[in-house]
Amino acid sequence: MTETQQVLYGLTHDEIKYAKRFLGREPTEVEWGIIDAEWSEHCSYKSSRKLLKLLPTAGKSVLIGPGYDAGVLDVGDGFVVSMHIESHNHPSAVDPYGGAATGIGGVLRDILSVGTRPVALIDVLRFGDIDKNIHSQWLLRNVVRGIADYGNCVGVPTVAGEVEFDESFERNCLVDVACIGVGRREDLILAEAKSPGDIVVIAGGSTGRDGIRGATFASKNLAKNADSERSSVQVPDPFMKKLLLDSILEALKTGEIKGMKDLGGGGLSSALSEMASKGGAGIELELKLLNLREPDVTPTEAMISESQERMLLVLGKEKSEKTLRILRKYEVPIAIIGRVTDNGLITVKSGGKVVAKLPAGFLVNPPLIARYEVAPIPKQATTKELKGPANLSRTLLTLLSSPNIASKRWIYEQYDHEVGVRTVLKPGQADSSVLKLPNGKFLAVKADGNSRIASLDPYNGAAGCVAEACRNVVSVGAEPLALVDHLQFGDPSDQEVYWSFSESVRGISNYCREVGLPVVGGKVSFYNQDEHTKKPIKSSPVALVTGLIHNRKHITSMALKCEGDAIFILGRTRLELGGSEYYDRILGCGEGTPPKVRPEEDCRANSLVLRLIRAGLLTSVHDCSKGGIGLALAEMCIPAQKGVKIDLQEAPRNSMSADSLLFAETHGRFLVSVGPSRVGEVERMLVESNVPHARIGEVRGRSLAVRLGRKNLIMLRVDKMARVWESSIPRTMGESA
Amino acid sequence: MNVAVVRFPGSNCDLDVVAALGATKGLKPKLVWHENDDLEGFDALILPGGFSFGDYLRAGAIAARSPSIVRVRRLAERGVPILGICNGFQILVEAGLLPGSLLRNSGLRFVCKWVTLRVENNRTPFTRRSRRGEVLRLPIAHNEGRLFLPKDELAALNRKGRIVFRYTNEKGEPTPGKNPNGSQENIAGICNEDGNVLGMMPHPERAVDPILSSEGRSDGLAIFESLAGLSRSGN
Repeated sequence: MTETQQVLYGLTHDEIKYAKRFLGREPTEVEWGIIDAEWSEHCSYKSSRKLLKLLPTAGKSVLIGPGYDAGVLDVGDGFVVSMHIESHNHPSAVDPYGGAATGIGGVLRDILSVGTRPVALIDVLRFGDIDKNIHSQWLLRNVVRGIADYGNCVGVPTVAGEVEFDESFERNCLVDVACIGVGRREDLILAEAKSPGDIVVIAGGSTGRDGIRGATFASKNLAKNADSERSSVQVPDPFMKKLLLDSILEALKTGEIKGMKDLGGGGLSSALSEMASKGGAGIELELKLLNLREPDVTPTEAMISESQERMLLVLGKEKSEKTLRILRKYEVPIAIIGRVTDNGLITVKSGGKVVAKLPAGFLVNPPLIARYEVAPIPKQATTKELKGPANLSRTLLTLLSSPNIASKRWIYEQYDHEVGVRTVLKPGQADSSVLKLPNGKFLAVKADGNSRIASLDPYNGAAGCVAEACRNVVSVGAEPLALVDHLQFGDPSDQEVYWSFSESVRGISNYCREVGLPVVGGKVSFYNQDEHTKKPIKSSPVALVTGLIHNRKHITSMALKCEGDAIFILGRTRLELGGSEYYDRILGCGEGTPPKVRPEEDCRANSLVLRLIRAGLLTSVHDCSKGGIGLALAEMCIPAQKGVKIDLQEAPRNSMSADSLLFAETHGRFLVSVGPSRVGEVERMLVESNVPHARIGEVRGRSLAVRLGRKNLIMLRVDKMARVWESSIPRTMGESA
Repeated sequence: MNVAVVRFPGSNCDLDVVAALGATKGLKPKLVWHENDDLEGFDALILPGGFSFGDYLRAGAIAARSPSIVRVRRLAERGVPILGICNGFQILVEAGLLPGSLLRNSGLRFVCKWVTLRVENNRTPFTRRSRRGEVLRLPIAHNEGRLFLPKDELAALNRKGRIVFRYTNEKGEPTPGKNPNGSQENIAGICNEDGNVLGMMPHPERAVDPILSSEGRSDGLAIFESLAGLSRSGN
């Protein structure tokens, strides 16, 4: 390998040495290209693999866990739900529209790969401060448009999401897309090539020069001149994706498809080696048989191209006619490029000449990289309470207008969230979105993250995402089913960055173990760091949790229902304001004690809320998180256009001032409303449950009125709060609400 | 009553429409691939929403020029009830079966939300079950739904009662604030001269199962029940 080649590739000296020694020869140029793609951090998880083994992956509903294209869960009656999360951070930073769109394309293929129909998309986005930064506005506008144009066109509803704004994401925005699929257990397919003689088919788009070395691009920091890396971004074609989806879903019914995998990061190199190694076989292919977008694509480019809308199918030699006929009906281009062999090798020919011949096992097992972690020197944490502003009504209005808290209607109205006629609880209506399943049950879906807290305390921050997502799923009446996570950090060779990664994995792992939640998939994205300023993003773990609701009567939303309903708070408020929206936005304080996770208390509160919901005792439920009790009350009032009269005197809490009580973001808390005739029953169950609780007020009038004993804290008209909350993001984006 | 749901490459709401028809008493839906030429045996036709042919060129433009549209046109002339929903409406307009053009929304963004509609004409096969002036709640989801017509054509449509739905407030008043896409005179749906071809931007199939409506309503059913009622009264 020459100096210039080395610069071109992302391989380290040790990896180059190892490859040569293992093969006993100098690899060919095509082989270097394949090795480089498959051994990129993006494809190989070489920095994270060891730690990820900590995560608990088993559960009674789990059919397919991590290591495949998507996690699959049994939801009963022969039906399955699949889930997966992906990110397209680097591409979206240089080409927000195309990057975000192809991010969706990728996760849709993952869901399809296991033989399930994509039925819902969830997007988790991070941008810089849109109030101050025009570049961040440009990114937001185009990322949302990219998601909308692609998702709407393929006919998969975008049902939920989460957005945060923080200046650490100014250059490195994060675009995570998760997808939920539904299918039948008997239609499940694995990404395996097992039987020698089977044919290998590429269906869908043509192979071109877009997305060349995309996996390698994603596995390094964004350079100063990152804008020149647009050729690493793939070109979206949602219409071709729609045809591919429809045709493959129809072809699944033929039973002819024996193995299937999407062509994503690392292109053919990655898909072929992973399918062959999982099936314990080899694959031989001829590149001249590919449908090429331009005639002079070189063999190396063909092997690493990440051109979109392509699926790799393994079909029986004699049994492929029905599948090929269906693909032709949809005018989906097909190329039969090779066959499965028994020699365990990936053999690549170009015009009959062998240009690469590598053991699949060698490709999928790169030497792991030893990473070192060093905890940063802890800052002198301010344990004393900060003095808050006098006017808490105004404070609440300011928080309502913060883009992190304000209504995201401007975003979700651009997404078709209804197509497929499954969306029961829609964006903005409840703590989680709820989808109708074909077996009469319902699936709750919610993604959560909190990068400010995660960067103050990666262990509790990451576990806190899981805790919050579980609480959100419980709030709509669902029992948490499974989790996929997405861990996004800076450069892993930075020891402090790696420490925060490792703490996050431990946090999620321990929390999931304690609450009995299986992790069925996930993704790691490193190198979210500006090469120029050397500044990494704030640690951004994200948790996507699904939950199951067995009875439609249990579906619960957060809007208050009836005048006179009693309001209870469940859970104890603690002096944990570090990383809170209140500290950041109002007091400008970036320190303090962030909320800790307490899995045992969470379990007790969650199961209590589920019992209350199932007994039909609650009229509305809202979890208490970002913005604390103050915001949670406002969010229950606004959609109902109803007011509340609250006295926090009895709210369970440690000693703290009124403003801390209103805005602390302690985990494990819910606000619930109860019809007057059921208060007695609820109180009995609360007392038995051992969960700290208090009756704090009732639904009354048209204003949010909060006091603490004799002291008035907040008095705001609900319609005024609604206006502030609704108009904030449209106004920032230069539009009227 | 046999109803064909015509599926173009890129149709999205085809299965949703089939489900809605299936939930309506008296209707027998069948999904028909656009190239099949057996549209003849059907009593009604629905062009569902989506992005036919990726909406490349213009929304509905390519589907409107595909060979299948010749067969649709023949049925339209014979008086067979035809409903185009969303992209189906765009196809009917592009094909010249309905007048005007559907331009990009005035907000220049895709809009997905529930809207209120007033029934202006209850003499079409799809609105017979509704009263004139009745208010329906249905969702919209489109990027190009702003109907535009030259003034004289618009006046003619009004005169002949060919405006079937308008976007309104809860009281049935077509206010500018309740116009989600800038459509002329808040128009959400129109029909042809004979009234048998209806195009509408809102999605009735998404408002059939009451669990999908936050108000527990199923106003979309009125559209499909109207169609079913037609066959019972022997029209």
